[in-house]
Amino acid sequence: MAEILSKFPVLTVIYMMPLLAVITLLFIPDKNHKAIKITSLSFSSVSFLLSIILFLSYDFQKGGLQFVERYRWVPSIGINYFMGVNGINVTLVLLTGIIIVAGVLASWGVDYRPKEFFMLLLTLVTGVFGVFMAYNLFLFFLFYEIAVLPMYLLIGIWGTGNKEYSAMKLTLYLLVGSAFILAGILGLYFATGLNTFDFDVLEKFEYSKQFQIIFFPILFLGFGVLAALWPFHTWSPDGHASAPTAVSMLHAGVLMKLGAYGCLNIAVYLLPGGAKFWLPFVALLTVVNIVYGSLGAFAQKDLKYIVAYSSVSHMGIVLLGITAQNSTALSGSVFQMFSHGVMTGLFFGLVGMVYGRTHTRMINEMSGLAKKMPALAAFFIMTGLCSLGLPGLSGFVAEILTFIGSFKTFPVITIICVTGIVFTAYYVLRALQIIFYGKYDEKFDHLTDANKIEFITLFILMFFIVIFGMYPFYIMKVINSAVLPIAQKLLMP
Amino acid sequence: MEKILLSGFLLVVLPFLAFLIIVTFTKRFKMLSALISITAIFISFILSIIILVWQLKDPSSFLKYDIPWLYIGNLKMNIGIIINSLTAIMLLVVTTVSLLVQIYSISYMKGDEGFSKFFGFISLFSFSMLGIVISNNLLQLYIFWELVGLCSYLLIGFWYFKPEAADAGKKAFVVTRFGDFGFLIGILIISYLSGTFDILEIENFVKNGTLSDKMLLIVVILLFCGAIGKSGQFPLHVWLPDAMEGPTPVSALIHAATMVAAGVFMVARLFPIFSASPDAMLFIAYLGAFTALFSATIALTQDDIKRVLAYSTLSQLGYMMLALGSGGYVAGMFHLYTHAFFKALLFLCAGSVIHAIHSNNIWQMGGLHKKMPVTSITFFIAALAISGIYPLSGFFSKDEIFLSILYSGNKLLYYSAMFTAFLTAFYMFRLYFVTFSGKPKEEKNVHESPLVMTVPLIILALLSIFSGFIGIPDIKFSIHKFLFIEHLKEAHFDFKVALTSNIIALSGILLAYLIYGLKIINADNLKQKSGIIYNILKNKYYIDEFYMFLIKNIYYTSTEAIKWFDRHIVDGAVNLVAFLCRWTGGKLKLTITGRVQNYAMYIVLGVILIILAIYVYQPDVMNIVRR
Repeated sequence: MAEILSKFPVLTVIYMMPLLAVITLLFIPDKNHKAIKITSLSFSSVSFLLSIILFLSYDFQKGGLQFVERYRWVPSIGINYFMGVNGINVTLVLLTGIIIVAGVLASWGVDYRPKEFFMLLLTLVTGVFGVFMAYNLFLFFLFYEIAVLPMYLLIGIWGTGNKEYSAMKLTLYLLVGSAFILAGILGLYFATGLNTFDFDVLEKFEYSKQFQIIFFPILFLGFGVLAALWPFHTWSPDGHASAPTAVSMLHAGVLMKLGAYGCLNIAVYLLPGGAKFWLPFVALLTVVNIVYGSLGAFAQKDLKYIVAYSSVSHMGIVLLGITAQNSTALSGSVFQMFSHGVMTGLFFGLVGMVYGRTHTRMINEMSGLAKKMPALAAFFIMTGLCSLGLPGLSGFVAEILTFIGSFKTFPVITIICVTGIVFTAYYVLRALQIIFYGKYDEKFDHLTDANKIEFITLFILMFFIVIFGMYPFYIMKVINSAVLPIAQKLLMP
Repeated sequence: MEKILLSGFLLVVLPFLAFLIIVTFTKRFKMLSALISITAIFISFILSIIILVWQLKDPSSFLKYDIPWLYIGNLKMNIGIIINSLTAIMLLVVTTVSLLVQIYSISYMKGDEGFSKFFGFISLFSFSMLGIVISNNLLQLYIFWELVGLCSYLLIGFWYFKPEAADAGKKAFVVTRFGDFGFLIGILIISYLSGTFDILEIENFVKNGTLSDKMLLIVVILLFCGAIGKSGQFPLHVWLPDAMEGPTPVSALIHAATMVAAGVFMVARLFPIFSASPDAMLFIAYLGAFTALFSATIALTQDDIKRVLAYSTLSQLGYMMLALGSGGYVAGMFHLYTHAFFKALLFLCAGSVIHAIHSNNIWQMGGLHKKMPVTSITFFIAALAISGIYPLSGFFSKDEIFLSILYSGNKLLYYSAMFTAFLTAFYMFRLYFVTFSGKPKEEKNVHESPLVMTVPLIILALLSIFSGFIGIPDIKFSIHKFLFIEHLKEAHFDFKVALTSNIIALSGILLAYLIYGLKIINADNLKQKSGIIYNILKNKYYIDEFYMFLIKNIYYTSTEAIKWFDRHIVDGAVNLVAFLCRWTGGKLKLTITGRVQNYAMYIVLGVILIILAIYVYQPDVMNIVRR
């Protein structure tokens, strides 16, 4: 399989598919909703299938960058077309593929200006795919901006509630992050003086200690904002709550991972000296993320806010893994990116489905729904269990690896973070109990269980949670192959 | 050898397959689901007998096999099997009780909407529980440990539309999670120190004595936290009585015979590690003794038949911990084994009664002996067994416990255990006399349960009578020889101890007979005379109320505080930045007037400012200009 893949530019095809869909959509009349949806679905399915093939054909024994495509673009200032994937990238590309197919399926009910909706959604995904493959920092930044900007319109137009405020807040926040990132990237560019944005060159350069200590926080914070690092997380609950279902799924599922990915694969990888200096401080913030997020989730009444705060808490685990600086914790952290991405996609998808039926997201207004929608309840419960780290589902593997790894570096901090598992169990089970258990109310008589499309959406997502939770051996090998060089760099004095 | 390993593997996997088949295919066909589930556990039962027979040939041998699950660098996590005498005996207990309970459930759960689901969950539970039993490493133990917790949650909340059941399920999960939190940290620490999860390797590591006593104490106590949660030791016992909201067969299987004993089993499995720390062992012994006494006193006053049994379970689990803590490895496991049978029997009898009466309240029962003879007789046997009357199974295992406490030399624990035995006999026979003797309370159409239910009762009753005989010292297949570990001090049969315990138990039974059977002593008078004490016991020492108080006042308040903080301080800061930008923008825009005069003035002012600045800071430049 790998030989066939190496004969054509598979990476470009994967990220171009959504873009092609956008172009095709231009030629489809507004009113033909069905054609719009089917076009979007078929193009994104190609990306999805290719991302699975890519994941399976990546040779983790060899490691390093594979499927590289490298062409000169603007050589005078070192901008090149340089795409490639390592173990972290293939995992996250796979995640993006899963989420976009599920997201398109979850938007099957969008009837308000669907053409524009899908165009923006797919543009966003193009950007996300691009970020996870680009190894020229200029290209990286370009894709990064493509991924962030459509969010504004998607929330502002198709959102609910206080959508203008949320959209503005989110966009401004992320743009501030981008400004930091741009500053950081330019810093790297000029510090080397090699006149290139190519990652492999920048990575080999030895930056002075002082430079690293100044520029690491700039890059890390820039990405950290998108990863919901406390106290820069408040854009996320508001943004999630206002966004339409598919956007929440993509947003929490993939966009937040862009941030975490940048923190790890750009900031820490390029500036390990700065990382070693600053990460112990960041570790303290991640404790706040984890514990504060899970306590905050408990007090919320709106389902989307609950899930959003739980995302803050789970992203804390990703960041905790990064701060721990050893290969076990880093692997756990990357796997948590994947696991949380799929899980939160499920969560937001389910919330959307429940909301579409009950027309409320306030948990206190629902009760006993399991009777009327057993399938949705079962999926919801399984997702909840994944989120509280139940063995057999992917969340457990990710969390336990992160904790095992981070215990070596920060024992006390880890112990505090582990309390998060108790709090998480409490708020998850409480929400489940209120919504699905208890006395059934007759006002829900007209509600129906998941339909076929919804069922398929949920099934795709759940499949990956269960399969990687039961047998994490393969994916962990893939991830570990990419994490080792970073861990080695951190080990060097 | 390989066949034994294979059967060990199959025995665990079969119930899981049954679960998968039931959930995905046969949900609509109720009897088929039950059949699949029962067939699976029946084969497991046969396999566990095969393993036991094999193990009997050479009790000290063991088999071990690992399948790689997750390797990262030098961190190796396996899914593995260990088969030794401890595994063999526990497998037998779990499969036997599970099989009988499932057969019983066919009738008990008849007509329930979730009939298939019930059998699916029970199969999942059997899988997880057997998974704990065969685990050879701590991580796998933890995985299945959590899975049984999940099954317990799902099955307590089986009738999820009952708010109490939904509450109880959540409570069980969250409370045991507190214990699991300690357990997980314990696992993290010990595996970090020893560099492995494998139990045998950790044992060797501990034996080598590289750990300081203090560190070992901390690790052992943390690991024990898991057992405190799962086996309902004080102060995490509060979930078990509430768990009785689940269907009665579930209470019998999960919350009496098997899952709650997982904590005891875990201590037994890790016994070489635990016993390396005498301080920790003493702590375990005291906690066990306290839980035993404490729960027995609560059981005296409860009116719900299942709750009395639940407190009695807590009390008996306390006994097991006490035994283990006193170094009585055999005694603890022996009591787990006998207890599984008679306690499952008690619950199934209670289920049979509840099935007939449709109430849990013992005061609405009475005089059931004539109408339900089989239930009554089997209950009577179980009550005798739990009271430790010779020659029923409970006698042998309890005697073993008393001996091991005596052997450890702690008089206080010994007397407390004896006193608990008195209370046990009393509350069990209070239950028996109130429920089965005297006159029928209401003229309901009550009759004996069908054969599917009574046959398991009879089998369990036979087990409750005869299963203790393996405790007779010096016979060929005695449990002492079977569960032998090196360097363990052996306690020997002591006629005085046996006689004392029997007299104490009999006096408890006699007292119950006087009060509730013959009614010579008036129960209501006693209640009034004991006043406050009665109220405290009746309200379970107000511990639930105390926890609720803490949760409401500390937990809820802090979550609300965080919500407020996030909304107003963190987000306030964000909005403040936005506001400042807008405000400065608003002020600055006033300078853009559109009048040329204004702009010209700004320019002139600017030039003057620059000149002034140069004049002040760089007078030399001015000289150059003048020239």
